[in-house]
Amino acid sequence: MHDAAALDDVDRRLINAMQGDFPLVAEPYRAVAETLGLSETELLTRLDSLLARRVLTRFGPMFQIERAGGAFVLAAMVVADEDLARVSDQVNAFPEVAHNYRREHEFNMWFVLATATREGIPDAIARIEQATGLPVFAFPKEREYFVGMKLRA
Amino acid sequence: MRNPANAALDAVDRRLMVATQAGLPRVSRPYDLLAAELGIDAAEVLTRLQRMLDSGVIRRIGAVPNHYAIGYTANGMSVWNVDDRRVDALGAQIGALDFVTHCYRRPRRMPQWPYNLFAMVHGPDRAEVEAKAARIALLLGDACAAHEVLYSTEILKKTGLRISG
Repeated sequence: MHDAAALDDVDRRLINAMQGDFPLVAEPYRAVAETLGLSETELLTRLDSLLARRVLTRFGPMFQIERAGGAFVLAAMVVADEDLARVSDQVNAFPEVAHNYRREHEFNMWFVLATATREGIPDAIARIEQATGLPVFAFPKEREYFVGMKLRA
Repeated sequence: MRNPANAALDAVDRRLMVATQAGLPRVSRPYDLLAAELGIDAAEVLTRLQRMLDSGVIRRIGAVPNHYAIGYTANGMSVWNVDDRRVDALGAQIGALDFVTHCYRRPRRMPQWPYNLFAMVHGPDRAEVEAKAARIALLLGDACAAHEVLYSTEILKKTGLRISG
């Protein structure tokens, strides 16, 4: 876990400015750096550092895989505490598992499956159930009311 | 919206997705670098990225913060059992709240899981997430039979999506 206090004011402005609308121009980092009053080199150095420290988990295009024929499905499992390390390793080993959170609930493992085709989801679920010996509950989205990732740093 | 055509994506678009899914190159001219990798013009890279943004294949180009690292240490997945006849109208209102980052309708899994509305709420501590959940509860009123807030206690994996080329 990271300490939020390790971020300085410039880091925070950079994170807030770079959560969306990255410009499609030849030198996009320079363009963003200018709006922040930084040099391109300083911006790139800070961006590298934020990624290396895992303050940012990623920088680049966020794909909506459903629009490209793929599927993205939330799934959950009920895992006994003593099995958590084993099951977590087994589930995380699947490249289809994009992220996985432990949550305080009887349903204590929540992960997102991302597959290049719609058929890939039931297939991945079957293989995870086989690997772990536990049922996987799928929660496909039926309707999206809002997705906005912006959080102010 | 349900079933968008994929026909608009060609092999070059897919190669561009594969080349950028781990991230955009952090060099002065990232699109030139991608163009060289893919054997196309930089202008074509820009055109294709813009087209994917316009069609929604790309939601946005930018940074994904680790919630914990930027101070949102309480990350609550609030889940609500909402009357099916009213869930769509209410879901839209909850999605519009400034503190909700994701809001979806999902299937119930009876008998274990009675909740059909999911809203992610982030805050610096649980008290703030609880206060925000209380605002959602107020908005849902008697349309909601029960709710819970599931707090994350550990990120077990976070790589973003990966498709193979």
